[in-house]
Amino acid sequence: MRQLDDLDRRIVLATQEGLPLVPQPWHQVAAGLGIAPALLMERVRAMQADGIIRRIGAVPNHYALGYRHNGMTVWDVADQDIEAAGAALTALPFVSHCYQRPRRLPHWPYSLFAMIHARDEATAAGLVDRLAAALGPMNRGHRVLYSTRILKKTGLRLGGS
Amino acid sequence: MMDDTDRAIVNALQGGFPVSDHPFAEVADALGLREADLIGRIAAMRAAGVLSRFGPMYNADRFGGHNTLVAMQVPAERFDEVAAQVNSFPEVAHNYQRDHALNMWFVVAGESRAEVDRVLTEVEARTGLPVYDMPKIREFHVGLRFEA
Repeated sequence: MRQLDDLDRRIVLATQEGLPLVPQPWHQVAAGLGIAPALLMERVRAMQADGIIRRIGAVPNHYALGYRHNGMTVWDVADQDIEAAGAALTALPFVSHCYQRPRRLPHWPYSLFAMIHARDEATAAGLVDRLAAALGPMNRGHRVLYSTRILKKTGLRLGGS
Repeated sequence: MMDDTDRAIVNALQGGFPVSDHPFAEVADALGLREADLIGRIAAMRAAGVLSRFGPMYNADRFGGHNTLVAMQVPAERFDEVAAQVNSFPEVAHNYQRDHALNMWFVVAGESRAEVDRVLTEVEARTGLPVYDMPKIREFHVGLRFEA
């Protein structure tokens, strides 16, 4: 897996809060870094190709768009079923993130996490039903933990040190 | 409030912003807008908080650090106090209250697993509560789009 080099890190630091909203945003970022626009754009395209940049565009605030019912669905799936179960959940277009995480027995038997977002409670419950149906007998038990308050949201950032 | 043009912009621009000399002009053409109008609407949605950001979304896992999801069971009468203690760590990136016995869920991000471990030890010491550390074992990839 390619590591970021020094110029990549400077580009991340210059753009992780967002692009300038001007007609030539990439040129402006390049000017701020003292590099040619063509080099900046080449590096950005390379980071896209390598998956370091997931996507470029508008990041909506889902609360502001009316998605107030944000559920962390958690599933107890046997380890040997994890791959099939993860594929089944992410095949559904409304799952925003899906991870395998370690169980913390006896308090926490769940190993597969999938986030869902809905505008109302009934829709959210319907999405959970569709996830359960997709897993079928691979699902040995599940819960949905709705977020009731955002306590902090700063996002993951590359430090400037 | 968002109008239909704003919704079309958000739906069209959740990915695929061009890496080119005049990217807003290209997008504006495709949406039948003027470049200045498109830029102005995106700026207004940023200012209103409808968009939390506009630009590249980085995969933080590739920055070379480590992050983990942590759960805590916080007594109701101490919830706000513990939230403030946890949030005071700059390594805590997100923190949500959730409706479960494990009622506080936050992400800790650091330069290394050792740094994350140090933060978790300090969180336990400062709050007097155990943490449940659940680092990602694997990620299943999705293609997310919100309908605006």
